[in-house]
Amino acid sequence: MLEIKDLHASVEGKEILKGVNLTVRAGEVHAIMGPNGSGKSTLSAVLTGNPAYTVTGGSATFDGKDLLALSPEDRAHEGLFLSFQYPVEIPGVSMTGFMKAAVNAKRRYHGEKELSASEFLKMMRERRAVVDLDGKLASRAVNEGFSGGEKKRNEIFQMAMLEPRLSILDETDSGLDIDALRVVASGVNKLKSKDNATIVITHYQRLLDYIKPDFVHILYKGRIVMSAGPELALELEEKGYDWIKQSLGEE
Amino acid sequence: MNALQQYIDLYREHSGLLERHAPAVLNALRPSALATLTSARLPRKGEEDYEATDLEAVFAPDYGVNLTRLDYPIDPAESLRCDVPNLSTCLLHTFNDVPHIGHLARRNLNGPIVETFTEAAHNHPDVLAAHLGRLSHKGDATAALNTLLAQDGLLVYMPAGVTAAKPIQLLNILSAARPTMAVRRLLVVAEADSHVRLLACDHTQGSGVQSLNLQVVEMVLGPRATVDYYDLEESNADTRRVSTIFAEQHDGSELLIDGITLTNGLTRNNYHIEVEGERASTQLLGMTIASGSQHVDTRSFVRHSAPRCSSNQMFKYVLSDQAVGAFAGKVLIEEGCPRVEAYQGNRNLCASPEAKMYTKPQLEIYTDDVKASHGTTIGQLDQEAMFYMRTRGIPEHEARRLLMQAFMADVIDSVRFDVLRDRLHHLVEKRFDGTLASCAGCAICK
Repeated sequence: MLEIKDLHASVEGKEILKGVNLTVRAGEVHAIMGPNGSGKSTLSAVLTGNPAYTVTGGSATFDGKDLLALSPEDRAHEGLFLSFQYPVEIPGVSMTGFMKAAVNAKRRYHGEKELSASEFLKMMRERRAVVDLDGKLASRAVNEGFSGGEKKRNEIFQMAMLEPRLSILDETDSGLDIDALRVVASGVNKLKSKDNATIVITHYQRLLDYIKPDFVHILYKGRIVMSAGPELALELEEKGYDWIKQSLGEE
Repeated sequence: MNALQQYIDLYREHSGLLERHAPAVLNALRPSALATLTSARLPRKGEEDYEATDLEAVFAPDYGVNLTRLDYPIDPAESLRCDVPNLSTCLLHTFNDVPHIGHLARRNLNGPIVETFTEAAHNHPDVLAAHLGRLSHKGDATAALNTLLAQDGLLVYMPAGVTAAKPIQLLNILSAARPTMAVRRLLVVAEADSHVRLLACDHTQGSGVQSLNLQVVEMVLGPRATVDYYDLEESNADTRRVSTIFAEQHDGSELLIDGITLTNGLTRNNYHIEVEGERASTQLLGMTIASGSQHVDTRSFVRHSAPRCSSNQMFKYVLSDQAVGAFAGKVLIEEGCPRVEAYQGNRNLCASPEAKMYTKPQLEIYTDDVKASHGTTIGQLDQEAMFYMRTRGIPEHEARRLLMQAFMADVIDSVRFDVLRDRLHHLVEKRFDGTLASCAGCAICK
């Protein structure tokens, strides 16, 4: 589904990704872990087409299509979704108007009829239940005045609305208490199927107790330096990132 | 070069003709206007309060003035049929500068008195004599030029205690085969405890001919009177508009002015508000959406000369392409006016690299015990919000539209006229969409 080869990317002239290789197939859950500044968020930004980042080499294909050549909106239409580490507040734009514009843009892209107002509202109601999102939040401005937990729930709600094929969850656990973490993780698990895939970016093993990965990768200094099964996350939790540095022969 | 000279010459040459077609009460104002103009000149771009606009250039073309009061080339009521299923207003037309009050409007008025100056000179001479030209006298050379050349206008007279059940809509149409200056004039006299809502819609028919709409509005609000004045411009690129709204407010009166520019060529809107009564309140709102080469310049002056009165100003601009916006605002609180509260805000969004905004907020305060502040911002579209929306699949142009519309939402929501507010949300959406045809008629009514 996703094939990343020797991906290099920089921001403001500074190279952050220095040759990332990663293959994700349908039905899989991949966790990407790594210390601060290793390039985890850069990877998600580059994959979703954030204009602040420049790809300086390598390739990324999504179902055979050149992902890097697509606009951010077309990447979304092709089925890519990013749950933001810091969801953006957009005062004055209602959640309903925002979601309707997103859902209908995707339908137009795929040559489908736009949803009627009642069809759309019904869909909103159903998908809200996935993360138990308060109806009041859905009628407010996008993320405005939402608590940290509400913002993350709102991300998963949007994921439920857009039905992506590949979701990247960028530190979705940060700023969440244990109850909110459970709700968010169970939302993600409900949306999981054999046809879609998930990349979980996280610092901690904790989230992986709830969203079970098939593969764990360690990103360090812009490269994936280690890949293994779920046991790698546990080992990392136990030994810390210094262990990575040591095994790479640093210090 | 002094662009005023040609109009002074025109007046000197044809004053007999001009005055024969105008009521005596207007003619009586001309000598002092002429005296003002002979020693005046129009500001050039870069002068104080004219940072963006060259008024001399605006008046330089040789505009014709309809001195002989020729008939309408077409019947405005026919050509611009306003079916108003929801708005339900009393509709008056002004064709260039010739006011026209239809039978239907007269029948629907029921309380308020609306007359042309020519009619009012017979029916309500005391009202005209007491107020016409009294406030405009405080204006600049363009207001004096209006006084020098105006031949008629509309009086909206609200006798004490009268409430207008329906809003009064003034549909102003500019249409000319050759460059024309429309010299428009409106006088609103709202006596004690009267209440009225007015909606002015400025349109231009046809294109390819540059015309100038030179207008003066005077409003006098008696004790506890309320006046809402919505001033909507939907003209075209050939239209120049220089407008000054004067208002005088007495004790406990409430004035709301909402100036909206959706499409235009070049516009200078002046507001001159005299808040003279205790507990009088003024709301001055503005919403400008400009793209292409649109140019919208606002000057507001609010003078508080009584204790415990208040004013609140908020002007918002969204500029794209090469559009130019300007705002120069001044709040003056005179000596001996404790507990005045005044706020002045100007918020701007420049949505393209070439759009330009000039802004200058000012406060001048001579009393200690007051609350006054101002705030100005010029920003760009929030790139983080843009990216966030695009990752959800919202196309870039739609994301831009949503953000620009969101920026205007609070100004639209402060419209105290439900049907108009809903209509404006819709019009603004269409405007940002690019589907609002420039002046296809009265968009409010369609």
